[in-house]
Amino acid sequence: MPQSDDNTPAAREAAAGVPKPRSEEGSPLIRFDKVVKRYGDNTVLDHLDFSVQPGQRVSLIGPSGSGKTTILRLLMTLEHVTDGVIWVNGDPLSHEYKGTDLVKAGEQHQREVRKKIGMVFQQFNLFPNMTVRRNITESPIHTLGVSRDEADQRAAELLDMVGLKERIDAHPTQLSGGQQQRVAIARALAMRPEILLLDEVTSALDPELVAGVLDVLREIARTTDITMLSVTHEMQFAKDVSHRVLMFDKGKIVEEGPPDQIFGAPAEDRTREFLHAVLEG
Amino acid sequence: MDFITDSLPLYINGALYTLLITVGGCALAFVIAMSVGILGTLRSRVARAVASIYVEVFRGVAALVLMFWMFYAMPLVTGYLLDPVFAAILALGLNVGAYGAENVRGAIKAVPAAQYEATIALNFTPAQRLRSVILPQAWAQMLPTFGNLIIELMKGSAVVSLIAVSDLTFVGDQVRAFTGQTLAAYTAALVMYFLLAQVFLYFMRMAERSANRRLGREPLKAKKSTPAVAGAGGAA
Amino acid sequence: MDWGFIGDNFPALIEGLQLTILATAVGYVVALVLGLLVAIARRSAPRPVAWTVHWIMEFIRCTPLLVQLFFLFYVLPGFGISLGPLAAGIIGLGLHYAAYTAEVYRSGIEGIPKGQWEAGRALSISPGRMWTAVILPQAIRRVIPALGNYLIAMFKDTPLLFAITVPEMLFKANELAGTNFKYLEMISTVGVLFIIVSVLSAVVIRFLERRYAAV
Repeated sequence: MPQSDDNTPAAREAAAGVPKPRSEEGSPLIRFDKVVKRYGDNTVLDHLDFSVQPGQRVSLIGPSGSGKTTILRLLMTLEHVTDGVIWVNGDPLSHEYKGTDLVKAGEQHQREVRKKIGMVFQQFNLFPNMTVRRNITESPIHTLGVSRDEADQRAAELLDMVGLKERIDAHPTQLSGGQQQRVAIARALAMRPEILLLDEVTSALDPELVAGVLDVLREIARTTDITMLSVTHEMQFAKDVSHRVLMFDKGKIVEEGPPDQIFGAPAEDRTREFLHAVLEG
Repeated sequence: MDFITDSLPLYINGALYTLLITVGGCALAFVIAMSVGILGTLRSRVARAVASIYVEVFRGVAALVLMFWMFYAMPLVTGYLLDPVFAAILALGLNVGAYGAENVRGAIKAVPAAQYEATIALNFTPAQRLRSVILPQAWAQMLPTFGNLIIELMKGSAVVSLIAVSDLTFVGDQVRAFTGQTLAAYTAALVMYFLLAQVFLYFMRMAERSANRRLGREPLKAKKSTPAVAGAGGAA
Repeated sequence: MDWGFIGDNFPALIEGLQLTILATAVGYVVALVLGLLVAIARRSAPRPVAWTVHWIMEFIRCTPLLVQLFFLFYVLPGFGISLGPLAAGIIGLGLHYAAYTAEVYRSGIEGIPKGQWEAGRALSISPGRMWTAVILPQAIRRVIPALGNYLIAMFKDTPLLFAITVPEMLFKANELAGTNFKYLEMISTVGVLFIIVSVLSAVVIRFLERRYAAV
C-alpha cells in the first residue's frame, strides 16, 4: 500500500509541532533485560531484550500466543517476571533495591512505579458500579489526591476529546462497546501516565465501531508525546502512528524496525508470512 | 374468636423477642460474614487458614448445641452467666456468620478478574480496590443468599424457647399448655413466623433490585434463587 | 474438665449419636423422595395443585422446624394420629427438608435443555418414560452435590428432636449433665462430635462433588 510522505508519523508531528522523540542514544524509558516469563513448562517470553525511548510509539505485532500481551501485562504488574529485570525510567519495575541487592518488588514499590503507566484493555473493564464520571475521577481523586473539582473538569475535557462529553453521567452498561472503550481511554489518560499500554483495544468491538476508537488514539498520538506500546491487529493503525514495529514469534523478537520497513520490505520470512496472513486473511 | 383476642398480645410480645434475636443475630452474623469472608480472599496463607477454620468449626457445630454450651457450660468455665437472649444472639450470629462468610468469599471471587486488573492499572490501593470496586460488585451477588440466611436465622431463633426465652415458639407452647387448643396455638405461631419471613424477604428483594440497578443491570425478572445451600443448618 | 466423667459416659453419648444418625438417614430418604414428588408435581400437575403445593412448601420453608415438630407431636394425636417421638421427628425432618430438596430438584430439572423434551416428543416417548429415562437421570446427577449439603444441614438440625423427647445425643448429654451438673464436659463433647461428623461428611460430599462435577 503506497504511503504519501505527509502521512508518516514524523511528517505529521512536524506539522503538529510535536517534538520528535529522542533517538536511540538517550536513556531508555523502558528496558527489558533478559526477561523470561514461563507458565509451568510453557515459555512465553524467552530472554527478551528491548528498550523504548521516551515519546516513542511502538506497535507489537505477531501471531497470537507470541507473548505480546504478556509484555504489557508485565509492565502493568499484572504478571511477574520469571527471570530478568524490567526497568522503567532507570528504576527496576519488577524488583527493588534492598541495600545493593535486587529483590522482587513489594506492593509499595510497584505502586510507585505504576504511577507512570496506564493501560487500556481489550474488554474495556469499566467499573459497572460507577458512572462514567466516577470511572474517570475515582483514581485521580483517591490515589493522586487531585481535588474533586479539578478531577471533574479533567474528566469533562477528556470526554470531550473522545467525543462523549454528554455521556458523563451515563452508566457503562448504557454505552456501546466503542463508547465504553473511548471512556476507558479517557480513564487511563486521567491518571496522566507517561506510558500508555494498549492491549488489542479494538479486538472486542463490532467492525463499525473500530474506526471511532482508532481515531481517538490517532488524535492522542498527534497531540501528545505520551509513550505508547500497543498490541494490535490493525496494521494500518500500526503503520500510521508508530515509530517502531516489533514483530514477535514464540516469545522472541523476530524483526524490528520503522513501519515502512516492516510493512514495506520485511527482511524475515516469518514476518512476511504473518503479514501475508493478516492482510490477505 | 376468643382465642385470638385473648392470645394475640402474647403472640405479638413473643414475635418481638423473635424479631430482636433475629435482628441482633443478623447484625453479628453480617459483621462476621464480611470480615471472615474478606479474610478468606486475602493472599496471606495464615489469613485464609484462620477464615477456613472459623467456617468449618462454626458451620460444623449445630447452633442449638452452641447455644446450650454458652448457656450451660460456659458459666462453669468463666463463672459468668450469659443472659439467654444474648447467648442466643451469639450462638446464632456465630453459626450463620460462618455460612455468610462463605457467601461473601464466593461473591468476591466471582467478581471478574478483569475488574481487579483494571484497579491495578489505575493504581488503586488494596483497600480502595475492595471498597470502591470489588465489594460494590460482589454485593449484588451476595444479597440473595443473605436473604435466605436471614430466614434461616429467624427460624433458628426458635431454639431459644428451649432455654426459656419467651419468643414466639415459647408463647405457642405456653398457650397450648394453658388453653389446650393445640392446633390453634401452634398454627398461630407458624403463621406469625411466616408473616415475619415475608416481611424480611420483601425488604431483601428491594435491596437486590437497588443493588442491580446500581450496577446498571435491568431489574432481573423475578428469578428465584435456590434457598441457601445447606441453609444455615436451620441453626439447630 | 472431668475427663473421667466424659470417658464413663462416652458410650451413652455414642448411643445417642447413633440415634441422631439414624434419624438423619431415614429423614433424609423421606426428604429425597418427597422433594422429588413435589418438584414433579410443581411442573406437571394442574395449575391449582401446583400452586397449592408451591405455597405449602414456601410455608414450610419459612417457619421453624422446631414448631413443626411440636405441631406433629402434639397436634396430630388430636386427630387420632399418634406418632411416637422418633417417628414424629423423622417425618418432621423429612417434610421440612423436602421443601429444600424440591428446590434443588427444580433447578436441576430446569437446567435440562428444552431440546431434550422436544426430542422426546419427536420420538413419541410417553411423559412417564420421559421423566424416568431421560429427564431425572440427568437432573439428579447434576444436583447431587447440592443434595449432599442438605444431608449435613439436616444432621445438624437433628438435635432439635431432643425437644420432643427423642433420646438422641443432645438429649442424652443434657440428661447426664443435669444429674451430675457436668454441663461443660457433656455439651463440649457433643459439640466436638458434631464438628467431627460434619467435617467428615463434608469431605465425603466434596469427593462426590468432584466425581460428578466432571460429568
